[in-house]
Amino acid sequence: MGKFLIRRLLQIIPVLFIISFVVFCLVFVAGDPVALMLPEDASPEDIEQLRESLGLNKPFHVQYFTYMLGLVQFDFGESFRYKESALPIVLERLPATLELATASMIVAIVIAIPLGIWSATKKNSPLDFLATGGAVLWKAMPNFWLGIMLIILFSVTLGWFPVSGRGSLSHLVLPALTLGTGIAAEMTRLIRSSMLEILNQDYIRTARSKGIREFFVINKHAFRNALIPVVTITALQTSTVVGGTLITETVFSWPGLGQLLIQAVNTRDMAIVQASVFIIAFMVILMNLLADIVYKILDPRIKYLKGEDICRSIHRLEIKIQQLQVQSRERLISLSVGCDFC
Amino acid sequence: MFAVILVALFAKSLAPHDPKMINPAMMLKPPVWVDGGSSLHILGTDNLGRDILSRIIYGSQISLAVGISSVAFAGVIGVFVGLVAGYYGGFIDNILMRLVDSFLAIPTILFALVFLTIFGPSVPTLIVVLGITNWVQYARLVRGEVLSIKEREFVKAARSIGVRDCKIILRHLLPNVISPFIVISTLSVATTIILEASLSFLGLGIQPPTISWGGILSDGRDYVATSWWLATFPGMAITITVLAIIFLGDWLRDVLDPRDNH
Amino acid sequence: MTEALLEIKDLKTYFHTENGVVPSVDGVSFSIKKGETIAVVGESGSGKSVTSLSIMGLVGSPGKIVGGEVLFEGKDLTAISKRDMRKLRGNDIAMIFQEPLTSLNPLFTVGNQISESIKLHQNASKEQAKVKSIEMLRKVGIPRPEKVYSSYPHLLSGGMRQRVMIAMALSCNPKLLIADEPTTALDVTIQAQILQLMRNLIHENDTSILLITHDLGVVAEMVDTVIVMYAGHVVEYTDVYTLFKEPKHPYTKGLLDSTPKIHELKDELQSIEGTVPTPGSITQGCRFQTRCPLASGKCFTEDPELKEIAQNHKVRCWLHEEGEVAI
Repeated sequence: MGKFLIRRLLQIIPVLFIISFVVFCLVFVAGDPVALMLPEDASPEDIEQLRESLGLNKPFHVQYFTYMLGLVQFDFGESFRYKESALPIVLERLPATLELATASMIVAIVIAIPLGIWSATKKNSPLDFLATGGAVLWKAMPNFWLGIMLIILFSVTLGWFPVSGRGSLSHLVLPALTLGTGIAAEMTRLIRSSMLEILNQDYIRTARSKGIREFFVINKHAFRNALIPVVTITALQTSTVVGGTLITETVFSWPGLGQLLIQAVNTRDMAIVQASVFIIAFMVILMNLLADIVYKILDPRIKYLKGEDICRSIHRLEIKIQQLQVQSRERLISLSVGCDFC
Repeated sequence: MFAVILVALFAKSLAPHDPKMINPAMMLKPPVWVDGGSSLHILGTDNLGRDILSRIIYGSQISLAVGISSVAFAGVIGVFVGLVAGYYGGFIDNILMRLVDSFLAIPTILFALVFLTIFGPSVPTLIVVLGITNWVQYARLVRGEVLSIKEREFVKAARSIGVRDCKIILRHLLPNVISPFIVISTLSVATTIILEASLSFLGLGIQPPTISWGGILSDGRDYVATSWWLATFPGMAITITVLAIIFLGDWLRDVLDPRDNH
Repeated sequence: MTEALLEIKDLKTYFHTENGVVPSVDGVSFSIKKGETIAVVGESGSGKSVTSLSIMGLVGSPGKIVGGEVLFEGKDLTAISKRDMRKLRGNDIAMIFQEPLTSLNPLFTVGNQISESIKLHQNASKEQAKVKSIEMLRKVGIPRPEKVYSSYPHLLSGGMRQRVMIAMALSCNPKLLIADEPTTALDVTIQAQILQLMRNLIHENDTSILLITHDLGVVAEMVDTVIVMYAGHVVEYTDVYTLFKEPKHPYTKGLLDSTPKIHELKDELQSIEGTVPTPGSITQGCRFQTRCPLASGKCFTEDPELKEIAQNHKVRCWLHEEGEVAI
């Protein structure tokens, strides 16, 4: 386990490296922000001077080197809008985003787990049709539109919740519902497919043959098994969830990372953009790592395996997840679990 | 689904009004069934007096075009990478899959945002960026399929009699990955339409005066307090379209994938 | 003659599929006395496994018991409440399955899974259940039971897992043990050990066994009475000696001919041509008609009844109806 963790941590480095390179290239290609930073009537000399002081006139590899040097010291440069170092500004916004993401995940879990289990055990019942139908409908709705509809209904018409902003719990309700139900739609279907598969397994029949109450057969014997791919996929979906917060934050004027990023994008505040992208990517990778660890904890079969067997079991899980996703019409998310043996 | 395509194709004859016609006399008219609605504008008008229904009908063109072409673009890259990575394995596979991992670490929408800011929002850029963000899933899918097919007897047999690699890939592997690919890409058109709408909503997708559903929604967002219909109907149009595509994908899956008998 | 522990009367379990109703078990009757071991023999698709699941009340959708009675100590199991049925399952009636590899839950320890039913049915505390589980593991011949108690199923070999299954099934001293192909998935040497183990344990506790198998070798070794099933019907029902000595149904004969015997040197093993027809596909006449070497006349038009042709020997075949077609 320890060795595995170290290996996985080491694998993060090249991924971060590629991301940083891609981001740098994009920014490099974007051209310099000098024109935006100075007043419109600035003289060419002023522009040139600023370029030089920012090191923007140096060749690609030199700039890249300076950039990487800053990066390893967690320095993403200075935001010209805020006239401050970018990273602290980004980190300042992080709690708001995490708050929204956590609340949404809670909403999603509270909805999806009972609904997924229920519709799997009562397959083809009216409830199942309702749940699967609802899940498809929710997936078909653009999330931001759902947010707007919720605002129209609950804020404008009924006046129950504030339209936008952050502060009290009532501010959190609508954004968390918007994002949470969106995530729940995917999760419900995944849990359902996973449960359906598990309920056909021999050991479920064994459990029933022991005279165990159906409630425990489902919630103890079946659900734990069904959870393995679901947890893994959910952790891997962080990227989607973060993407979702970006838009939800905009809809509800939620002062989080997403809002900051969209503003930065619109004003071409590249230092902020880079720092945000990096922080988000880092969070996603961290969650993926967490997925691996959780997978290993949930499935005792993994702990004892070595080398190639781990690979094989990971491939099996990966294939299973793909099947589940195809079955439940989800966007394919890969299992990032590193496989170093085959 | 076909209805949506037909609407897109015959937008001109179906739309009751010119979607760009500004009519100050008819600003923010509600839909026909609401008090104050006008029978001229069934779904009401926007803040510039433009007919919502006509705008939605025209918006379908760009949504479908962007959705389908970016998926096609992504498919070509993804299938190629997946085939190569899966078939050759080893070092190439490792490199390509690390690349895939990196792409997965960045939320699609984030990547699209940064990309669009830098290259400027336009329809071709949008297609390229949506394509780039999408190829990863095909690469994964195809690679997985190839890995399992590669071990089957007929591929081994072909290899053992010295058939060239590219021929094996084209003749034996490609046909076997094509049906899951078609299913996934249909569904992916649906997600792409949503993504495009999101980007246009954020002001980074399709720019006015080109009409897009996300754009209409974005305009409508400023008027949620007074004129709900502006934001409601384009969203419905997206939902219905995406539902139609999902059902098409379902149907394709049932037809193409005999393993999965539902 | 002691009273039957289990008596099945005209059991009918049908599967309602999209392609129509499939009568998987179609009017099966037999009974098991206390301490008796009885085997249900047949090829896959004959309905033998569904029969056993019907007794347990575990036929999953789309299958359903549509007729008949399953009398266990006089109570009809098809009529009692789910709750009462649960109390019987794992307690009075226990079951062992074919695949020891997949029949144990991979996420729980062996001990957890054995003590689960002990806690459930015997009101035992956690510690009592643990002691009892370890005792059971020792009884089924598992070395170092304390260690196995806390390990996960995937660490055990197939034979070990089947021992665990047996320990689990016998942990509450059931009156009836249903064993569905308990040795099929195991190596030959392990098979013998498991059979020996089962035999010893039965004699100790006077448990009745319903053995589902297609292996006539196992039948000869283990059982008192044999039921031969074909396409949802009982076709022959007799004691094990009679079955091997004078099989009456052409299907039974075919089965016996296709089993290698030590004392008879043959160059070629016989086999029964074809496969079991899909239940419900033959609507007229005897269900064995398509594969029967002796089928003629009436066999194609009318379905024979299960008739007692000698004491404790029932056959479902026109060849043995009195006054009918002579051999």
